[in-house]
Amino acid sequence: MSTTTEESLHPGLNLGEEHGEDHLEAETSVFGFWVFMMSDLVTFGMFFAVFASSTTALAGGPGPKELFDLGSVAWQTAFLLLSSLTSGMAVLCLKQEHADRVFPRKQLVFWLLLTVLLGCGFLYREVSDFIDMAAKGGPPTRSGYLSSLWSLVGLHGVHVTSGILWCLVIVAGILAQGVNQAWKLTILRWAVFWHFLDIVWIAIFSFVFLGGLL
Amino acid sequence: MVDPIFGKLTWDSVILVQEVEDPNLNTFITSGAAGMIPVGAVLIVVLLTWLKWWKPFFGWITSVDHKKIGIMYILFAVIMLFRGVVEGTLMRVHQATALNGGFLSSDHFNQLFTTHGTNMIFFVAMPFLIGLINIAVPLQIGARDVAFPRLNQISLGLTGAGGFLITISLLIGEFATGGWTGYPSYNGSLVNPGVGPDYWILSIGLSGIGSTLTGVNFAVTIYKMRTKGMEYMRMPLFTWTALCTSILLILAMPPLTACCVMLGLDRYLGFHFFTNDMGGNLMNFINLFWMFGHPEVYILILPAFGVMSEIASTFSAKRLYGYTGIVAATMCISVLSFMVWLHHFFTMGQSTTVNAAFGIATLLISIPTGVKVYDWLATLWGGRIRFTTPMIYLSGFFILFVMGGLSGVILANPTLDYQIHNSLFLVAHFHNVILPGTLFGILAAIHYWFPKMFGFRLLENYGRATAFCWIFGFCLTFLPLYPLGLMGMTRRTVDYSDPAYVPLMVISGVGALFLSLAFILLLLTFWRSIVHRKKQQNPIGDPWDGRTLEWWTPSPAPEWNFAVLPEVDSRDAFTTAKQNGTAYQPIEKYEDIEMPANTFYGVILAVFVCGLGFGLVWYIWWMAIASFLGCIVTMIVYAFIPSKENIIPAEEVRRVDEAWRREAREGRGITRDDETTVANKGLARPDELPAI
Ligand code: HEM
Ligand SMILES: [Cu+2]
Repeated sequence: MSTTTEESLHPGLNLGEEHGEDHLEAETSVFGFWVFMMSDLVTFGMFFAVFASSTTALAGGPGPKELFDLGSVAWQTAFLLLSSLTSGMAVLCLKQEHADRVFPRKQLVFWLLLTVLLGCGFLYREVSDFIDMAAKGGPPTRSGYLSSLWSLVGLHGVHVTSGILWCLVIVAGILAQGVNQAWKLTILRWAVFWHFLDIVWIAIFSFVFLGGLL
Repeated sequence: MVDPIFGKLTWDSVILVQEVEDPNLNTFITSGAAGMIPVGAVLIVVLLTWLKWWKPFFGWITSVDHKKIGIMYILFAVIMLFRGVVEGTLMRVHQATALNGGFLSSDHFNQLFTTHGTNMIFFVAMPFLIGLINIAVPLQIGARDVAFPRLNQISLGLTGAGGFLITISLLIGEFATGGWTGYPSYNGSLVNPGVGPDYWILSIGLSGIGSTLTGVNFAVTIYKMRTKGMEYMRMPLFTWTALCTSILLILAMPPLTACCVMLGLDRYLGFHFFTNDMGGNLMNFINLFWMFGHPEVYILILPAFGVMSEIASTFSAKRLYGYTGIVAATMCISVLSFMVWLHHFFTMGQSTTVNAAFGIATLLISIPTGVKVYDWLATLWGGRIRFTTPMIYLSGFFILFVMGGLSGVILANPTLDYQIHNSLFLVAHFHNVILPGTLFGILAAIHYWFPKMFGFRLLENYGRATAFCWIFGFCLTFLPLYPLGLMGMTRRTVDYSDPAYVPLMVISGVGALFLSLAFILLLLTFWRSIVHRKKQQNPIGDPWDGRTLEWWTPSPAPEWNFAVLPEVDSRDAFTTAKQNGTAYQPIEKYEDIEMPANTFYGVILAVFVCGLGFGLVWYIWWMAIASFLGCIVTMIVYAFIPSKENIIPAEEVRRVDEAWRREAREGRGITRDDETTVANKGLARPDELPAI
């Protein structure tokens, strides 16, 4: 029903026995999600831009030197990068699940839950950093700089939270309904989302935290 | 203190109660308008019950058929247009009498121009265009459906929720007074602690998310769902502009979402993005807003350009002249539209170099736009032109839109802009591009595609009268604003003391009455045509001797659009097929068709989103939280429900399709001269077709 030809198919994944209907569907679905992510990227871009223009808007309040705990940020980074790896493993399981039945659904669930765990580790450190910052006199209401900092980092945090929630829904889904076509596509889209958050985090890490301390 | 149950909501917030407590002309007008909401709601419920239409009603709102969704968008836009026109007329009439006073209070006037602007842009122009895109694009590219049918319903739901908020603000509470651009600090919590700005933020923020999703949906539809042989350079022009508009929606709506979120954080949680103190920076808002705002005007105009291209070639029975040029120009405009936003605030303190750069970038846009206008003119040249209603709009568009564009060229020059910024000259300019450009394009498209949507044509004489009335009313209302602006009259002025303004203001006020008349005539066109629908039928589906694929199906198009997806080997494939006599040949093999089944998904989400918005506006926290959780739970639940499909058996498809083809082959068809008469059953007579 579409002009999608074999060459332009979503590469690298076998979602079924052969490249078939499933594959065609993956093409539209995953591509659509990519496009949506582009839009989301612009949203982040706007928050970045506002942050960049507010780095000196301290209004006498505390700045990066007083507020940031680079050690904790390093932990967060480690958690998130690792979770990207584990989410990648989960997606590989999809391929394996079908190629040879040696890899049962359990593997997939394992990697997904591990990703959730790492994501929670990230969130835990992020929230405790926020609490610290507020305690050191840096709540978001203190200055323009802090408003933009909290909302940029917080926006990413909200994304991570929804990613975790989404992953849990997926786990529940495949346990209840099996690894069917619909959930396979959902996993693919969720994986795009999760990697995307990694990339955004690297930008936050570099510009907000490292940049702030330079 | 906000009440834990009712938040900030009190009896006094209900406009009708204010009317009782403090009756005067202003409350009388507002309560009159507000009163229409409950009355209208009751009327609709009674009507649906009386006519036993509840079932079809639910059939419609749960539909994921792109054609039905498109029609709902357009219906929504017509209703909102009613409000917009009334408000515009009210303001014009007020200003005509506003020498040293006038009958509206300043607060009332401010709410009027704010709701008018917000409403016209977000709830009239955009839904109209998105509706048209929904109806035409899948048919034009030979697809059965859009890429994400359920998402489409959700987008409509979000737009509807935004519309609900701006409408209910008329009855409960107040709307913002800061204009459709909603600048802080005026709209910050210090200056404006009321609910008005919150209504503004939430109504456009929520509908904005819906528009983003629409953009994603249609970009993917056009990229991935084209039928065999429908290469990019064979796509109809309307599809091209829809693609560019979708891309603009994807990239330009996020800045709006971002600045709504930030302003919301300032207002609700005491952040300092845009406040005057504590390191806030209101220029950030203005930059973000116009980074959305300028592309937005191209979101509004590009699809209208697409419509004009289709109409110019159909009603002059010629292949579109300079197809490649128009496509290239459309892409140029889309790119440039992101590079000029600063021309909306030349006077806000950037360096002259920056102003000059943006001034030049702005001027550049006139080049591709000019290319298009010449291409349309060349299309008409030597064609077999029929002066139907859409062509009347097209003519009005040609002259008036070019004028509006030229006044834009004047505004693009920073030195001149310093003189006329925020004067009525500006109001004249943007109405001069928006009405003849977008609105005339929309109205022309409604006439053009109406038979495809409903299976009968609109009455031509009513259509023509309406078109002339819009054009005449436009000239009378908005052209006087140019000299008024040059005379120094500022926009958004509730009263003035210079009697020199009066004559032109009165002309403009009279013009506004003509525009109201035009709106009434539009409704009358619909009404009379519905009454005469039997005579006006065109079941065969090609009433205008169309050239693009949407005309190659019965009218109204069946749920599955095409029994067998058409294959395309050239630009105007349908025209070629008609000339070769192959258009309606029998088809050997039919297959079962899978179509997505109706769902309540988007409807339920929309209800929760309305609750979320209303709860947030009024600080009714339990409602906001419950609705938010409701949204999440709905999404999770629907993730577990596999999207259902309706299988339409091959036999049924065959029955419908064969009947249609037979009728078309056996029918005699009509010549172009009879196009607007009752003889037009939607079959163009092939021997009358001129060469391409
Ligand atoms: C149909 C007849 C219309 C009339 C009589 C009308 C009249 C007006 C008036 C009197 C104003 C206020 C100008 C001022 O404050 O000095 C205004 C503003 C505006 N109009 Fe219209 N208008 C009409 C149609 C439209 C349409 C179709 C659109 C867009 C699709 C539109 C968009 C706007 C916008 C964006 C503003 C600016 C609001 C602001 O100042 O914040 N109008 N119009
Ligand atoms: Cu602009």
